[in-house]
Amino acid sequence: MFAGTTMLLAVAAEAAEKVAESGALPPESVGLPQLNTQHFAPQLFWLVLTFVTLLFIMWKIALPRVADVLEERRDRIKRDLDAASRLKADTDKALADYEKALADARSNASSIAKDTREKLAAETETERHRVDDQIAAKLRDADKRIAATKSKATSAIGDIATDTARAVVEKLIGQNVSPDDVKKVLRPVAGE
Amino acid sequence: MEQFEIRKLWDLNFLGHDISFTNSSLMMVVALVLISGFMIYAMNARSLVPSRIQSMAEIVYEYVAGMVKENLGEEGMKFFPWVFTIFIFILVLNVIGLIPGNFTVTSHIIVTFALAAMVWLIATFIGFWKHGFGYLKLFVPSGVPFWLMPVIVPIELISYFIRPISHSVRLFANMMAGHTMLKVFAGFAVMLPWWGKIAPAGFMVAFTGLELLVAFLQALIFTVLTCIYLNDAVNMHH
Repeated sequence: MFAGTTMLLAVAAEAAEKVAESGALPPESVGLPQLNTQHFAPQLFWLVLTFVTLLFIMWKIALPRVADVLEERRDRIKRDLDAASRLKADTDKALADYEKALADARSNASSIAKDTREKLAAETETERHRVDDQIAAKLRDADKRIAATKSKATSAIGDIATDTARAVVEKLIGQNVSPDDVKKVLRPVAGE
Repeated sequence: MEQFEIRKLWDLNFLGHDISFTNSSLMMVVALVLISGFMIYAMNARSLVPSRIQSMAEIVYEYVAGMVKENLGEEGMKFFPWVFTIFIFILVLNVIGLIPGNFTVTSHIIVTFALAAMVWLIATFIGFWKHGFGYLKLFVPSGVPFWLMPVIVPIELISYFIRPISHSVRLFANMMAGHTMLKVFAGFAVMLPWWGKIAPAGFMVAFTGLELLVAFLQALIFTVLTCIYLNDAVNMHH
């Protein structure tokens, strides 16, 4: 490992030497080429020329085109966002209107139902009263008829009892009794 | 250090000044074409729902815009094209420099220094233009006892004047160090016998991933610092 590293270093050093040798320069450019002043003028001239040309092209042609596109995109996005928020406001308003209409309809419906219920209840009540009255009247009539029939029946029982009593008396005593007499006798019995 | 060598591809002279088209210039032009082509092609459809490539362009835009707004506020957006150009230019130069055989423009101190100096000069100009001599209050932090002033003010001054140097060296050193490391380990991989190649080659794979992160991170740091320096100038928040 150590030997290998040493050998590598030795070879590297040799290589570096060779690089330095191969870099042996023509006599006019001894030392760093960067410090050779005779090359300053052409570099400066071409630097100024290319830099100014580039500045002019960027300034007058290239950059305004980018700026235009970016600005247009920003405007477009802003417009779209504005439109979106306007539409959203419209939607919200429509939704609120719809909900209000729905609530109105609900309260209307419930009030109509309530009215109807009350009206029907009132009608039912009056009808019931009417029917009750009719029934009561019929009951009274029936009571009257029953009373009349009862009194008629009672009087008929008296007659039948008189006849029966007369027939019984006739059979028993062989004597005809007048109905008035029988009645006279029977009256206390009948409880009249 | 052959990978940092400037090679002339096309000799040019302007009023006695050397303005030759070099491999560095080529990479700058490639970056210019790539960035412009990407940003314009990606936004060609201008669709409301972006395609993948349009999303990429929009993400880069919003990323840098977020950075500017965070540091400078909404009014700082007037500096946005400039900050965006700095960010994407450095990012693309860093990243295409990672492709083997390509030249990394940002590994040259003169380029990063020129960019940092531009930021520093513009920030300083805006500071004086907006606040007049009141901009000098930047060097006199509020809430510091007056007897500390002889110490604090020189420190603030030095830190202000050193900004373009730290700003540029950070990017330059990171790019150069990363590429040098890659070069050294690539050299190992070439020189070692077959049984030894795997270690440096594996390291290079991992390190290239790290360098990709560094390429992005350094572009980001350069841009964030630009925003912070601008914020000092515009809002004087210290």
